[in-house]
Amino acid sequence: MRAEGLTVALFATCINDVMFPGTPKAVVTVLERLGCTVEFPLEQTCCGQMFTNTGYFDAAVPDVRNYVKAFSGYDYIVGPSGSCVGAVRHQHPMLAAHAGDEALAAEVDKVVARTYDFTELLVDVLGATDVGAYFPHRVTYHPTCHSVRVAKVGDRPYQLLSKVKGIDLVPLPDADQCCGFGGTFSVKNPDVSVAMGADKAHHVLETGAEYLVTGDNACLMHIGGLMHRQRAGVKTIHLAELLAHTEGGPR
Amino acid sequence: MTTEHVRRTPAPPEGTYLGMPKFATNAKVQLGDNQLRKNLRNATGTIRAKRVARVAEVPEWEELRLAGEAIKDRTLRHLDTYLVQLEESLTRAGAKVHWARDAAEANAIVVSLVKAKNVDEVVKVKSMATQEIELNEALEEAGIAAWETDLAELIVQLGHDRPSHILVPAIHRNRSEVREIFLREMKLYGTPAPDNLTDDPTVLAAAARTHLREKFLRAKVAVSGANFAVAETGTLVVVESEGNGRMCLTLPETLISVVGIEKVLPTLADLEVFMRLLPRSSTGERMNPYTSMWTGVMPGDGPQDVHVVLIDNGRTRVLADPQGRPALRCIRCSACLNICPVYERVGGHAYGSVYPGPIGAVLTPQLRGTISEIDKSLPFASTLCGACFEVCPVRIPIPDMLVHLRHQVADKKRHHPGVEQTAIAAAGWVLADRSHFELAQRAAALAGRLLPGRTHLGPLPWPASPWTNARDLPMPPTESFRAWWQRTRGETA
Repeated sequence: MRAEGLTVALFATCINDVMFPGTPKAVVTVLERLGCTVEFPLEQTCCGQMFTNTGYFDAAVPDVRNYVKAFSGYDYIVGPSGSCVGAVRHQHPMLAAHAGDEALAAEVDKVVARTYDFTELLVDVLGATDVGAYFPHRVTYHPTCHSVRVAKVGDRPYQLLSKVKGIDLVPLPDADQCCGFGGTFSVKNPDVSVAMGADKAHHVLETGAEYLVTGDNACLMHIGGLMHRQRAGVKTIHLAELLAHTEGGPR
Repeated sequence: MTTEHVRRTPAPPEGTYLGMPKFATNAKVQLGDNQLRKNLRNATGTIRAKRVARVAEVPEWEELRLAGEAIKDRTLRHLDTYLVQLEESLTRAGAKVHWARDAAEANAIVVSLVKAKNVDEVVKVKSMATQEIELNEALEEAGIAAWETDLAELIVQLGHDRPSHILVPAIHRNRSEVREIFLREMKLYGTPAPDNLTDDPTVLAAAARTHLREKFLRAKVAVSGANFAVAETGTLVVVESEGNGRMCLTLPETLISVVGIEKVLPTLADLEVFMRLLPRSSTGERMNPYTSMWTGVMPGDGPQDVHVVLIDNGRTRVLADPQGRPALRCIRCSACLNICPVYERVGGHAYGSVYPGPIGAVLTPQLRGTISEIDKSLPFASTLCGACFEVCPVRIPIPDMLVHLRHQVADKKRHHPGVEQTAIAAAGWVLADRSHFELAQRAAALAGRLLPGRTHLGPLPWPASPWTNARDLPMPPTESFRAWWQRTRGETA
């Protein structure tokens, strides 16, 4: 396997680090199963997207500097979030230009090109679509907007899910429509956000799935928060955690 | 005023766009209207499916989008040159060109042109530029009745309403509402609707046709906009579906066209790109039923007195900002409205402008400035999902522009820090450095330990209430990933 000996730096993302540690742990599990060496540079904090997308560019610049400091020594950087990885690739060059720091901009260009979404690293770099996962449940997948339209992960999540043993993968109606999370949109426009999320939750329930899976825990927190309030009985799971499950047990 | 002004046309709703509250407040009102949400879901769903089918027929669609973007960008870079060329071509072809810096100047020009003809009414072709400058009300104040002849604009006008969509201004109305409006209002302003009017679309269209016919045949002056203005030849282009535009553009003696300065195209050949992009993007048709082109005056045929009013009204301000400028590429197709999940749920009225949806959220705050409550909130009226850019025929990067405008709004608040600025500053401090972040993580983990056994938090007071009113919040775990890593693996060099 090409993975043998590959050293990968894990970009956990701040929300996963604090709120959903099971997801970066699952990334470690899957990558080590595939023969990679995983490192976690402790200088990392956040991609800064929440600041950037709320208009506070100055507040996001230190996060860009941290990212460069943490990851500039690595050839492969992986994050379990299409949104955060997309923000690094799409917004960090803009923020470096905003800071007027040419040296930072040059560093950003290098590190951005080496940053991968988890599904990209698996499929493109490691050439693995079957990662040895076993998940005997009815599952539906929501392709989060930033994973599709910013990180542009394409059909890689479906390639990975289709190789999971025992899975019953059912299509989600209106899958390509946004769930309504939108970062600070969810609290600046809570009524619209909830209306969109309610429609998404309705479509999830229509599928009869036991699990809703995505590659972004923030969207999952929004849709899952609505379904939990409604006692809908559908569980949420990040794609990395699903892929970490094996026949021998959860890990 | 000493005497009560007797209106000639139906009065629009009270209040002004600029006096509206922020988007979130308007959106909440609109969300409460179940009929509206049903109308919008049906209409946007239908038109989205048509667009997808028609675009899929064109293998070179992405190349066409790139060509549309390139032509518009080149034109905007040399806008001064092309506008002077347009004026020369129009004048050579027998049209009179007028320049208007803002809405007030444009309205004054049109009012004086109509008054010079000694008439008290005009027929109108559907036009976003005249909606933008609120020409109908300016004419009304001058004692001139402006009759909308596009079916949806007629529904809006007779309904004492405002448009809620660029292409389908009455998208928020269903057929039974249209029937009621026609029965109640048509008789007050001309040929009445028949007593046995049903809500069959064909019957409703027939009633509109009869109502409008006498106005078409009587009118001496027509007012239009233009989808494109060709600099090389002085040709104006109107793209439409119903034929009402053709009636207005050919029957009256005088034709006044109000055209935004960004509508100019260098050559007639450029139309080959836009006439393929526009119908498929807007109505989901291979070609629209009526495309009218006219070049000044044709002796003995059609209007003999032809005027073109070129308006700025904020456009040069948009042009001056390289990151805001792409908004001027817009060809008003509405594909971004139809695909937008926010627009689909709240409709156009929440946006406080004749330009709603994603394009409105980037264009309106630039045209009017980010001063009023509504204009400051518009850049935030999006989840940044990116669907609008994917369907835009001229590749306007709406999500990036929204972020750019959010930065402008946030920058202005710098000197008046409020709750948001304080929260951002606190979060910025936490995430600016590893040591700060680890300190905050320990606090979060402590919260998790204080409420053992809880997996979620239910409804909480402000400031958490906007999230927790409808959504449970997961509890932070007692150990962060970082703490787990350090405990089990030690520091990574």
